[in-house]
Amino acid sequence: MSASEISLEARLGQPWKKPPFIQRPWLRWTLIAGFVAYLIAAYLTIEVNWARVYDGLERGKQFVLAFTSPDFTTRSSDIYEGMLESILMTVAASVVGIAISIPIALGAARNVAPLPVYLICRAIIAISRALQEIIVAILLVAIFGFGPLAGFLTLSFATIGFLSKLLAEDIESMDKVQAEAIKASGARWMQWINYGVQPQVMPRLIGLSMYRIDINFRESAILGLVGAGGIGATLNTAFDRYEYDTAAAILIIIIVIVMALEYLSGIIRARVQ
Amino acid sequence: MLRLEKLVKTYKTGDQALKAVDLEIPEGQVLALIGPSGAGKSTLIRCINRLVEPTSGKVYLAGTELTGLSSGALRRERRRMGMIFQEYALVERLTVMENVQSGRLGYVGFWRSFLRKYPQADVDEAFRLLDRVGLAHMADKRADELSGGQRQRVGICRALIQNPALLLVDEPTASLDPKTSRQIMRLICELCKERGLAAIINIHDVALAQRFVQRVIGLRFGAVEFDGPPEALTPDVLTKIYGEEDWEATIEKVDDEDTIEAAE
Repeated sequence: MSASEISLEARLGQPWKKPPFIQRPWLRWTLIAGFVAYLIAAYLTIEVNWARVYDGLERGKQFVLAFTSPDFTTRSSDIYEGMLESILMTVAASVVGIAISIPIALGAARNVAPLPVYLICRAIIAISRALQEIIVAILLVAIFGFGPLAGFLTLSFATIGFLSKLLAEDIESMDKVQAEAIKASGARWMQWINYGVQPQVMPRLIGLSMYRIDINFRESAILGLVGAGGIGATLNTAFDRYEYDTAAAILIIIIVIVMALEYLSGIIRARVQ
Repeated sequence: MLRLEKLVKTYKTGDQALKAVDLEIPEGQVLALIGPSGAGKSTLIRCINRLVEPTSGKVYLAGTELTGLSSGALRRERRRMGMIFQEYALVERLTVMENVQSGRLGYVGFWRSFLRKYPQADVDEAFRLLDRVGLAHMADKRADELSGGQRQRVGICRALIQNPALLLVDEPTASLDPKTSRQIMRLICELCKERGLAAIINIHDVALAQRFVQRVIGLRFGAVEFDGPPEALTPDVLTKIYGEEDWEATIEKVDDEDTIEAAE
């Protein structure tokens, strides 16, 4: 039955083909047919009102054209204030969020923390990740009122879920022997973390932190839409007033800052390896 | 100095790595632990400093029983057992000096170690040790810049700065070339002699073990199969420890190497 039982003479001169990924032919063909049927069905369910699209194109064109004449000046003080608020929110939320994330990440790494601590920290991470930023922001705006305080708290909360989870995973995949060697010298727990664990996860921590600052800045532009302060509020107002040129100016500034952060984080990550 | 009584280790998977091992090591004796992979050599030395918790049995280090100690008392006893690892186990992103100083962690407080403000005596001792193994000029290099042999020397310094009474050495030469292996083994044995340390050395290279140690223990399936001087390792004994194989070459190699060494 198996290929190995065919004699060498019978094999020589025969072409060789990679065995198919799915062995059973009927299953393979059923899956392929199902996939094609899905594509057709999905295509048929798309409903487009072409008259509506035609009208909308004009508005879309105006919006795109606004980027050729962005208006930085008319609302410059609004933009400046919004931007400053966003940056403050980003920096404060990142610092606080990262500072809280580190102990939670240690607690959420199974190879470092005992089981009860592990479960508590994983629960905190799960809650933070389950609640979408916008929902948290709406809740916090309801509690603390409009303004950057709600935004700051939202971003800090979201940072904890993101950073703790990824850092904990890095701690769990660290080289065990290096940490073991520190333990063997009679180090206490804190010393063990400081010497055996921290050096191994430091580059990852810095890289993730930079990435999170980047995300926090972008999020701060969204949070304004639900009243949590920052440049998003200014952007929202500009759209409401159909001031596409001001909106374009704000978007350009956001893009430039995000790109600058991306570039900076690239440099820093390369340095800390 | 070190006494193991009926030491048993059964892993959660049900594998019995050690079956009631009894062993006594006098002050200053360098002992080689040989045996096939999976015989329990690593488990045995890790059970002594409790990096692996033994299932039952007792470990006495100079009269102190280790298996029942609280975590604080265990830390204090660990200071007296220096460990040298197979893949060096240096913390790669720390400097050579930090790696050596990490051997003092059991003696200094957290803030001192956190701020890297070690007592002058420790710093001097670290430089003395690094100089002894020929690496004083490397003190500020990062550990991952070093070659295998150099890393293992740093590993030796880290173990010795603990001022231990016993060295636990786990396959010190497994990832080194033959020449470096001999240098490292010679260095470990010389240092043990200089300082009157006892040592347990796990080693795969039977010929290398025979050259350097005073006593050999053969472990097979977690039990002691052989205990005697290196000269007593005959083909029969090796067959008993490792299984059937042509052993003449392995044992003869010792003499060959000696003549080569002498000729140099």
